[in-house]
Amino acid sequence: MKISELEKKLPVTSLQGEYEDSEIRGAYTSDLLSDVMAHAPDSSVLVTIQGHKNTVAVAALADIKVILLCNNRTPEDGMIAAARDEGIAVFVTPENQFKISCLLGAALQE
Amino acid sequence: MKILPEPDGQPGLVFLELIQGLRIRDVMTTGLITACLSDSLCRIRGLMKENRISGVPIVADRRLLGIISLEDIMNALAGHYIEDPAEKHMTRSVVTLDENMPLTMAVDAFEKYPFNRFPVLNESQELSGIISSRDITMRLLTEMNREFRRLEASLGGKPAELEESVRRYPVRKHDFTLAGTASTTIKKILKEKGIEGALIRRVAVAAYEMEMNQTVHSLGGELVFICRKDRVELIARDFGPGIDDPEAAMREGYSTATEWIRSLGFGAGMGLPNIKKVSDEFSLKTGPGGTEIAAVFYLNDNVT
Repeated sequence: MKISELEKKLPVTSLQGEYEDSEIRGAYTSDLLSDVMAHAPDSSVLVTIQGHKNTVAVAALADIKVILLCNNRTPEDGMIAAARDEGIAVFVTPENQFKISCLLGAALQE
Repeated sequence: MKILPEPDGQPGLVFLELIQGLRIRDVMTTGLITACLSDSLCRIRGLMKENRISGVPIVADRRLLGIISLEDIMNALAGHYIEDPAEKHMTRSVVTLDENMPLTMAVDAFEKYPFNRFPVLNESQELSGIISSRDITMRLLTEMNREFRRLEASLGGKPAELEESVRRYPVRKHDFTLAGTASTTIKKILKEKGIEGALIRRVAVAAYEMEMNQTVHSLGGELVFICRKDRVELIARDFGPGIDDPEAAMREGYSTATEWIRSLGFGAGMGLPNIKKVSDEFSLKTGPGGTEIAAVFYLNDNVT
């Protein structure tokens, strides 16, 4: 499924929409960046509450295409600009990690 | 001469990286010519002439006791006491530098004092080298030359991966904005070289964990990235304070990070185990003066 399709299907708002509309092949839910780094699949969505620049660095290193912030987290200064530089999409959702992971899982199953 | 474009469009970045990344011990001369207290000034004059140097440290048991400069010798010749022992005429209050200091501090020292060289001490206060302004100039010129050759090679379409290259990135304590930039840069370099994706990921994981470890736990340090024909090496060196319990630190989940660090998503106790897991060779040396972690990645399987 393409990033733009996910954006339409899920209850999310785009904070950073300058990305290459590539195929999403998986997802990972975690707030521990070391864990994300070690285990997240590539071409994936990261579901997290970590809204800062280091999340972008980890996403760039792990080839994560979308950072999905839960519980309406406001990203820290500089995060969106950093994500734009790396071409990583940033979405935000009012849902919690469990809820949005379920919705995301279902969407990716389609 | 061909005009070279600025790398990454950032003027002076290469130069800045160079200066910031180097420490005094990377540049100093270690093959020391020294004399002892009882040596005559005449003998020291001989040492200077033979080795074409203008200062000789006076040491006992690797401890620096003083220095005899060319000026002292000239005075001795004029005053007819050239057969006197060094002990009698050496300068005792010598300005020294610490080998772990960044190179910028040596540059400052040369600006501040009229001396041509400074003895360098290690953590145990032993004389470990001597640094002259020439050492600094030569090192920077060599590094700049290498950087230019690399740029030229990349412009001329010559495959850059055939050249061995060493890059250094400074890492600062608790500077989370800087953290991650070295690993991101390293990843891009490897991608440009056409290295396979899974390997890039492994190197990136290790580089990132090294950077984060230094940012979170150390007083600051550097990440060295070495590309060879058959391997990639990452070396993380910091200025201390060292790991209290290295064995525990290698266990997954063991962490000494504070709540604040954890709230940022770090300090999960997976750093060192992660680095070890993704690398082909791993080593850890630690002490109060600093920690050095090295990880090696083979570029192809037939490397033994």
